[in-house]
Amino acid sequence: MEHILSLKDVVKTYDKKMAVDHVSFDVPKGSIFGLLGPNGAGKTSLIRIITTITRADTGQILLDGEPLNSRHPEQIGYMPEERGLYKKMKVGEQLIYLGRLKGLDMAETKKSIRYWMEKFEITDWWNKKVEELSKGMQQKVQFIATVLHDPKLLILDEPFTGLDPINSNLLKAEIEELKQKGTSIIFSTHRMEQVEEICDNIVLINQGKNILDGSVAAIKDQYKLNRFELQYAGDKEVTLPEKVEVISHKAGSVMVQLADDGNSNDLLRHFLDQQVKITNFHEILPSINEIFIKQVEDSNSEVK
Amino acid sequence: MDKMWLIVKREYLTRVTRRSFIIATLLTPLAFALFFVVVSLIFSYQSDDKKKIAVIDEGSILSGGLKDGKNVFFKFEKRSLETLRKDFKATGYDAILVVPKIKDLLSKTETIFYYSDGQPSLDVELLVSDRIHDAIRDYKITKLNIERKQFDAINTKVELEPEPIKKGGNDATLLTSAIAAGIGGIMGFIMYMTVFIYGMMVMRSVMEEKTNRIVEVMMSTVRPFQLMLGKIIGVGFVGLTQVAIWAIMIPLLLTIVQMVMGIDAPPPQMQMPGQAGNVNPDDMRSMMSLAMNEIGHINWVLIVPMFVIYFLGGYFLYSSLFAAVGSAMGDDLGEGQALTIPITIPVILALYIMMQAVQAPNSSLAVFASIFPLFSPIVMPARLAFAIPAWQIVVSVIVLIATSIFFVWLSGRIYRVGILLYGKKVNLAEFVRWIFVKD
Repeated sequence: MEHILSLKDVVKTYDKKMAVDHVSFDVPKGSIFGLLGPNGAGKTSLIRIITTITRADTGQILLDGEPLNSRHPEQIGYMPEERGLYKKMKVGEQLIYLGRLKGLDMAETKKSIRYWMEKFEITDWWNKKVEELSKGMQQKVQFIATVLHDPKLLILDEPFTGLDPINSNLLKAEIEELKQKGTSIIFSTHRMEQVEEICDNIVLINQGKNILDGSVAAIKDQYKLNRFELQYAGDKEVTLPEKVEVISHKAGSVMVQLADDGNSNDLLRHFLDQQVKITNFHEILPSINEIFIKQVEDSNSEVK
Repeated sequence: MDKMWLIVKREYLTRVTRRSFIIATLLTPLAFALFFVVVSLIFSYQSDDKKKIAVIDEGSILSGGLKDGKNVFFKFEKRSLETLRKDFKATGYDAILVVPKIKDLLSKTETIFYYSDGQPSLDVELLVSDRIHDAIRDYKITKLNIERKQFDAINTKVELEPEPIKKGGNDATLLTSAIAAGIGGIMGFIMYMTVFIYGMMVMRSVMEEKTNRIVEVMMSTVRPFQLMLGKIIGVGFVGLTQVAIWAIMIPLLLTIVQMVMGIDAPPPQMQMPGQAGNVNPDDMRSMMSLAMNEIGHINWVLIVPMFVIYFLGGYFLYSSLFAAVGSAMGDDLGEGQALTIPITIPVILALYIMMQAVQAPNSSLAVFASIFPLFSPIVMPARLAFAIPAWQIVVSVIVLIATSIFFVWLSGRIYRVGILLYGKKVNLAEFVRWIFVKD
């Protein structure tokens, strides 16, 4: 698979503290990539390196196969966690300025702004000053500023904070649409439910180190605990095979832990033979949240 | 570099199209003109209170009569003082002036008496004593048998004419140095003002981006140095625009005002008795033309381009420092204010040195200060109107340009760290550390 971005052994130190400690990972083209980590893990430092705001001390960063250089900012769209616009500038002027800074010419900039404004149904905001807009409205303008130059790589740092559910969904749809068009998206967050919902791949950073990376499905698979849940209807309680460990057993529902060599088919067969009506049988996969907490705790205790 | 010009353009256009800028730019010259009008009105305001004064000329000194003033009328009285005083109200006079006989022609002081209900107002007092002074002088000239020409010759005016030791050196009159001092003072003061006004403007602009949180987006698009330099250049153009408009509008408006006022009421000095002393209008006019002549003689070909160089040098030097400080300031303006003190101190010192340098343009303090780059943008322009050695100008300009380039670079180093840092209290030691932080 081709990679839009690949990091190899990237190191960045501030005041002798390693903010980024030999981090390597690849972001596949056209995917949504989750950059995860607790607060202070080094996510912002990493993003600042990728967006060319700062330079890595050592290591290699390739954007679309090319070492990161000064022309690359034009191919990256970055929406920082701390949003900001020139408050006294008019929306139209401001977007033109930002678009031109991203290397578009006047005609291209205007065309792109018009496209996005129509899409968000905000064409009448052109002459409004940013300070006259509500916070949610400003977020839309901010988003347009991030994508109007049609970047190859979009970096969104906590994009959903401060958004109401309607705007959240709107943004989610836009992200999905951009992905369909081939834009690669890095999505930095510590909100795990969004990760499972949106991301194809993730990297988990803690204390500057890459502690886990891969596709969401593969990671979940890797960390599954061989746990199953059975739901059934009927008066009788089910009996359980000998080799399994019961985690919980309530009326109509039982959760079991299979041994490492245990087979879920055998388990299901065991239940089928009983006088109950099975309504649901499924494997319990760990949520990314659980994996995240476990991995962060493990890596923290390793350091200690 | 294209991107930097986009930044310059934005910084310039957003500022010059702001209503507050337009108002300030246009109102300042109007305020100047208004101030001028008010001041000249106050000066030309003369008492509209007409005074009729009875003159009792006891010694027949005032044979030539007394010329009336604008609101003061003299009438010679044959009646005695006692008679007039007895029924003063009926006489219709406002005051009685008694000029006694001159007993001793060689006496240096004469006392005349002014009888009235109140104190004589200052303009009346000045007019009366001026008129009597002239009359007594003429009287004494006649009585002492002095020829008028002889008397005038006694009253010798001394003019000191400075001459250079070397022949063909810089020939200057005393007036030249007075005018040079005036022009120098004005230039130095303009430099002082511009460094502050536009330096602060750069600082606020940097802080605005930081507090608006747009700086992170900007940093992911352009280099911090481009952003800082673009800002400094953009605001610099704003400064040049404003100063240029003022430089045209203020003299223009003052001239218009002067012309309009001139028709209404001639310059007050020419009419005010006493005020002009023994300078008559003709002398004044010749002084003015002499001054104009001297102003014409000043080496403008040197001064004007030099002023621009010092303006740019001083502006880049100080505004880059203000930019560095602005980058370190957080959302709290008050907290960061302390950081501007190290910048404002040299500017204020330079202003005082400049005032001193205008009086003694070749003192060692003045020479030092016009080479030391933190002072030279303010001190040197003030000295330019005096003939100063060429080497000083050359050295000063080279030092200034080198220093301002160095300071822009240095501030760029501080700026790139400070601008992305939030919620940290910054001191000077931190600044120094930032200079050496790698990218």
